[in-house]
Amino acid sequence: MDFKRTADVVVIGGGVVGCSVAYNLAKRGCKNVVVLEKSYITSGSTGRCGAGIRAQWGTEMNCKFGIASIEIFEHLEEELGLPIGLHQGGYLVIAYKESEFDQLKKNVALQNSLGIKSKVISADEAKEIVPILNVDGAVGFTFHDRDGHGDPFLTTFAYAEAARRLGVEIFTYTEVKDIIVEGGKVKGVITDRGGISTPVVVNCAGPWSKEVAAMAGISIPTYSERHEALITEPVNRISEPMLISFTGNFYIQQRPHGSFIMGYGPEEHEETHRVNSTWVFLEEMARKLSNLLPPTRDLRVVRQWAGSYNMTPDAQPIVGGVEEIEGYYMAVGFSGHGFMFSPITGVLMSQLVLSEELDLPIDMLSYKRFERGELIVEPAVV
Amino acid sequence: MEKFTDDDVIVCRCEDVTLGQIREVIRRGYTDPEEIKRITRAGMGPCQGKTCRDIIIREVARITGKRIDEIPVPTYRPPSKPIKVGLLAEESD
Repeated sequence: MDFKRTADVVVIGGGVVGCSVAYNLAKRGCKNVVVLEKSYITSGSTGRCGAGIRAQWGTEMNCKFGIASIEIFEHLEEELGLPIGLHQGGYLVIAYKESEFDQLKKNVALQNSLGIKSKVISADEAKEIVPILNVDGAVGFTFHDRDGHGDPFLTTFAYAEAARRLGVEIFTYTEVKDIIVEGGKVKGVITDRGGISTPVVVNCAGPWSKEVAAMAGISIPTYSERHEALITEPVNRISEPMLISFTGNFYIQQRPHGSFIMGYGPEEHEETHRVNSTWVFLEEMARKLSNLLPPTRDLRVVRQWAGSYNMTPDAQPIVGGVEEIEGYYMAVGFSGHGFMFSPITGVLMSQLVLSEELDLPIDMLSYKRFERGELIVEPAVV
Repeated sequence: MEKFTDDDVIVCRCEDVTLGQIREVIRRGYTDPEEIKRITRAGMGPCQGKTCRDIIIREVARITGKRIDEIPVPTYRPPSKPIKVGLLAEESD
């Protein structure tokens, strides 16, 4: 494939957010969209993520992004014409502290007010949903049946293939080195394969959001944090929902394929691009899993890996344009939730770039909120 | 009797992926073994690609005309052999 010299829009990043943005731009009639990916498709945060999809959030903005994305996920296979591995077995949220349970009850009230049919359930009801669940120490549970998980690889490839069918060109192993801005307007990008003239750049660079923002002279307070995960051998279905706890600090799910995927958040929150695995994680995760679902003691761990959460100070994403530069947009800092928010993010970003009416107001997600001190802190993050 | 072709050969025995499936995704444009692994699951089972990885790289080389040493090789991840959860959990007690 010949390299491009001009484009109407350049999307930086071949993860699920970048591919969703590119697809939605092309779907709305935007011609000459180019995606630049420095490695392979899904090589950043997307392909290393925990695969969860939920609307059970503690802020209005995240609830709206969550439920809007679930509504798109539910019809995405038809829309894109390819499988995405969606499994809606719900999210079962487990509280181990009274204060945490109080927060979860507030979250459910907020969710219900936004049309999300989540509910507080008893230990007996939780055991009905997952008969092998050990509820010792748990003080309360919430559940939402439309939450679940999907396949981040298949979803991204589906977006990418559908985008290509609509004329989007995707260049892998092509690294952006600089962004050209003149007179307050985007003029183009410089890559290791040459330059591309373009009036619009969308930063969807995931772990490298800050570096790509800096290329345009924009400073954003995002940083990457290493989160580890592991997968077991596949077995018959024994756990339908995603199991998650904020104080228990874990998420555990069984994929349709039969494998369990799980992870927990790091104790140290150092800024790093490292994605190596640790023995400590393997042991600690195994302890959490075998305590929560005792029959899994006989399951074998097949593989462990790590990926980046690209964090913001309030764990909500930055989605929007920038005041200083015409034609520069960002969909970054998803703080571990880029996959689950990618469907609505692609829609909103394409509407923004094409100056169409937005499905949801996103002013609150401006990167300027950090300077202004208008943080909207999300309490429900693992 | 139906004719058996090499498309029916299982290249990834952990995840039941055939050579025909590998060829199909290569034809769809997935010529990077990293992407082939992620779209077909070949190499994601208990042996983590000890059999299929080389076969897939060879197939990509044959179809694309690239040299084997030009093709990126997916990472082997720990643990090198599957370990029971119970054993790991006891270690940390």
